[in-house]
Amino acid sequence: MTTRMFGQKIKRREDPRLVTGNGRYLDDLANGSVAAAFVRSPHAHADIVDIDVTGAIDVEGVIAVWTHEDLPGQAADRLPMLIPHPSIVAPHTGFALAQDHVNFVGEPIVMVIARDRYIAEDAAGRIEVDYEFLDPIVGVEQSREGQRIVHAGMDDNVAAHYVQEVGDVASGLDRAPHTLDLDLEFERSACMPMEGKGVIAAWNREDESLQVHSSTQTSTGLRAALAARLEIPLTRVEVITPDVGGAFGVKINHPWPEELAVACAARALGTTVKWTEDRREHFISSAHERAQTQSVKVGFDDDGRILSLDVKFWHDNGAYIPYGVIVPLNTSTHVTGPYNIANYRVEYWSLYTNTVMVTPYRGAGRAHAVFMMERTVDAIADELGMDRTQVRLNNFVREFPHPMGVTMQDGAEGCLDSGDFVTSLDKLKALVGWDDFEAYRDQARAEGRTVGLGIGCYVESTGAGPYEGGHIEVESSGRVNVWTGLTTHGQAHATVFAQIVADALGVPIDTVHVATGDTRKLPYSVGTWGSRGAVMAGNALHLTAQKVKAKALTIAGESLEADPEDLEIIDGIISVKGDPSAAMPLAAVSVLSNPLRYAFDESAKAATQFAKESNAEEPSVKPGEQPGLEEQEFFSPLRSTVANGMHAAIVETDPETADITILRYCVVHDCGPMINPMVVEGQVHGGVAQGVGGALYERMAYDEDGQLLNASFMDFLMPFASEIPYVETDHLETPSPLNPLGIKGAGEAGTIPTATTIASAIEDAEGFPIRAMPLDPSTLWELRNKHAAGEVPGPKAGGLGSADSAPPSTAGHK
Amino acid sequence: MKPSPLRIHRPKTVEDTLELLAAHASDGKIIAGGQSLVPVLNMRLASPKNLIDITAVEGLDGLTATETEITVGALVSHRRLERDPGAACANPVLGEALGHVAHPAIRNRGTTVGSIAHADPNGEMPMILALTGGRVKVRSLTGTRTLTADELNVGPLETSLEPEELITEASFPSLQPGQRAGFDELARRSGDYGLAGVGLIMSTDNTDFASTSDRADYVDNVDPASSGAAGTAATITGLKAGFVSVTDTPDIIELDDVVAGTPVDRVDTIVDAVASAIKDFIDPEGDIHASADYRRHLTGVLAGRLLKRLSRPKNARGVSVLSGGQ
Repeated sequence: MTTRMFGQKIKRREDPRLVTGNGRYLDDLANGSVAAAFVRSPHAHADIVDIDVTGAIDVEGVIAVWTHEDLPGQAADRLPMLIPHPSIVAPHTGFALAQDHVNFVGEPIVMVIARDRYIAEDAAGRIEVDYEFLDPIVGVEQSREGQRIVHAGMDDNVAAHYVQEVGDVASGLDRAPHTLDLDLEFERSACMPMEGKGVIAAWNREDESLQVHSSTQTSTGLRAALAARLEIPLTRVEVITPDVGGAFGVKINHPWPEELAVACAARALGTTVKWTEDRREHFISSAHERAQTQSVKVGFDDDGRILSLDVKFWHDNGAYIPYGVIVPLNTSTHVTGPYNIANYRVEYWSLYTNTVMVTPYRGAGRAHAVFMMERTVDAIADELGMDRTQVRLNNFVREFPHPMGVTMQDGAEGCLDSGDFVTSLDKLKALVGWDDFEAYRDQARAEGRTVGLGIGCYVESTGAGPYEGGHIEVESSGRVNVWTGLTTHGQAHATVFAQIVADALGVPIDTVHVATGDTRKLPYSVGTWGSRGAVMAGNALHLTAQKVKAKALTIAGESLEADPEDLEIIDGIISVKGDPSAAMPLAAVSVLSNPLRYAFDESAKAATQFAKESNAEEPSVKPGEQPGLEEQEFFSPLRSTVANGMHAAIVETDPETADITILRYCVVHDCGPMINPMVVEGQVHGGVAQGVGGALYERMAYDEDGQLLNASFMDFLMPFASEIPYVETDHLETPSPLNPLGIKGAGEAGTIPTATTIASAIEDAEGFPIRAMPLDPSTLWELRNKHAAGEVPGPKAGGLGSADSAPPSTAGHK
Repeated sequence: MKPSPLRIHRPKTVEDTLELLAAHASDGKIIAGGQSLVPVLNMRLASPKNLIDITAVEGLDGLTATETEITVGALVSHRRLERDPGAACANPVLGEALGHVAHPAIRNRGTTVGSIAHADPNGEMPMILALTGGRVKVRSLTGTRTLTADELNVGPLETSLEPEELITEASFPSLQPGQRAGFDELARRSGDYGLAGVGLIMSTDNTDFASTSDRADYVDNVDPASSGAAGTAATITGLKAGFVSVTDTPDIIELDDVVAGTPVDRVDTIVDAVASAIKDFIDPEGDIHASADYRRHLTGVLAGRLLKRLSRPKNARGVSVLSGGQ
């Protein structure tokens, strides 16, 4: 029996190519094509009075200068509202090139096409735009007040308003012996992939077709959108995703203004046009995430059991909402997390501001939800003087499936399908040494050091539908070609999908070759987002491989004169179980599966009409069958499967400088059976790194004029490797009942609870509540001063790391 | 993120460089390592029509260290100076500060003289030039002049250099027997500009407390500031301090009257007074990374800690490491 590939720590097969500089990213392609550059608004809110392009036209090497009025047909319409949702009350999207009005610094206004990017930028610099200034709306507070309005014609700035209620929150609060109110803030950050966006559009004049390469998370989505907006048949548009240097969510929106404008220009000019986003463009004109103002009211009993939870939050969605309200919607549906809370109400307002729009960033609203819930649980523990893990234990869901009662982003009711939170917490406590921490704190204190221990628990709905597909073809050489329509940007698809196919088909993994994100081979796909790649395409490929195997066994059964049921495939050889002498290679089956007239090589000869005894009563290809050992299959789940995990951190805060150092970071993670534990751990490590960025370093600093003050890596502090702690991991594998492989998504997990876990640890170290993230030394120092002045409350019941903190309570568990 | 059209000149001699500078005085820029200039060009914050690349110029890559001074040619990279054993013996504060200049990759390309010419108040090396009492040699077609840091630095990112002038070398006085020097800063991320940084030169009455031969240990990664024999008695006679990111120009404060006469083992008694004098002297501004008040506070803390470190006997560093984990 061959070793099962599923579950093995197989090294990423894509890495040798990528780490030796042989990746082919967007900007590596189509060198020599003409280039686009964009004139972008330097103002956050203004009417465009006049655009004077005269200076640009005179620049040697300029080919075309386009404003909104040059966009043809439907390309001139507002960009699509991709994900409608009942909560959206005022849908606004932008244009490929701004028409009369700009709503954020960075909005594209003019496209310049020139012989190269240098010339395009020279010309762009000579274009003069006259503006009539309007007052900008920056931040939740100003937008909520509604004194100034972002979009003319609206009475306020509310893009979406939504309420979901489970149980009866009001009476739950009335009955609760204790209540607490928390006001919380979460700041803006952004995805920051190493490679920004980019698009190459090539128009073929001979057959009037468009071939687009884009650094996108959805080649199929972009293809459909471009065909619709350019008003050309879908069959004449193909979208290919080359190697993508990271995405993290920002590349799921489509079509980006530049994708549409560049495609139009390619057609108009009958040539190939390329645009590669530069870093400043990525900062000011792609998408951000995370800014929310939150308000929580919680009612609980003497054991910290949550009886009722009432949550309101205000979400800054920036200037437009082409990707709908996925971020606030995810926040609203993930608050209750691993806890069994009978009465839960959430109300959100998604608000327009004159800033870069907000679309999902790894975690997609869930980090905000977890921040609300976990700050609340820590506050309950403090209020009651209980150990923070005990409060969590007293509230955990213990029976699965557990319906959550709220409608998720996929339109289905949320349901915790699997997990074991009690065991996960045990593992986490053991990993971090939870019960020994007070001794360590005492030791540190004796050395004049301040340390704190923090915890954060979360669940994450993953693997959303509607569907994903697989396409597998076995060549007559035995090479197994695998396609899936979703895109790849660091997820190890070439490794983990090959593991799944190798197992299901019974072939050596070396013979399996995975390709993704190319609409020429598999035009049916949704995309790579929301921790869905492994769940969706992984299961689709599992089913596809089974289908290929069934066909192979049928053909081999005829050849070997055996019942297909009695056959097995091991290492690419089909044999009768228990009789290895009756065998043939899968490659030979591939030859037989495609009856031939022409023998182009020795193996093909075996498939020609005179090579085998023909049955005059049956056609070569039987009705209902197709030639070739090649199948397609799709997987579509009932609902999202919900992964979960718990993080713990030990931090040290400098008593004088307030510098914050993460000493240890521990993760217990449950994504069901792991296809490749090394890949899962890599995902967790990377996710934690981004979480640390959001917790301690990154924020988008807008001034009151809507200017982004830190639109470069000099001032936007994405952490370096030197700022990221070693991440210690442990796993629990509770299978999901919702898919054949039992797997749950893992891509976003690491980021989701990081900010709250670090907040929890700083709170524990400092002895006063942390209610806003990110936190930097300057802010922490000022919080200390306020705390010393009595402006920030201290712990109420001796918790939060005070010297005389109570031992863990076991009340209610006797 | 593409620079405006420009012409690159690559002279081979200082004389040719000076000719080119004179010819393109109004729209020319010297480029050596390019670590500050290239981002400025790419963001089109500056659009010089001519770049005079001096990396092929002969005679600008000299690095010498003696008991009196360290001389650094215009093409010496930060990294080369940082790793130079002679420079470390002569005055370890250079190497210590250079360890905080961005990242190794940037230090491999960036030059110390280029950094001094850039005159960024967030830069470590303009301050080190001032703290050590160093000078720059400046040449043009019309002659040569030597400027102190004070004479060179006019304001943030502003020097008294004329457009046709080239700094050919910088020189930093070596520490004298009995002196110790050190540098520390706190940055948000490793390699970032410091939120605040402090450099100190402390003088004592005991030449054994800090001798040149002890400093040779620096090449073996011994803390360069703690280089006296254990238990050596010494009395502080003087102290001067320079700052990163909290003054507009590399201003130096002399604190002899605050510290003079204090034995090194009683340094605790003057730490507050030193920190207080420093906090009064500096003039930090708040920005998105830290408030002005915090920077002022931080500068005082860093100065106090550094003074204590300089006063400790050799190898008396207390380190506490969290057990468990990895």
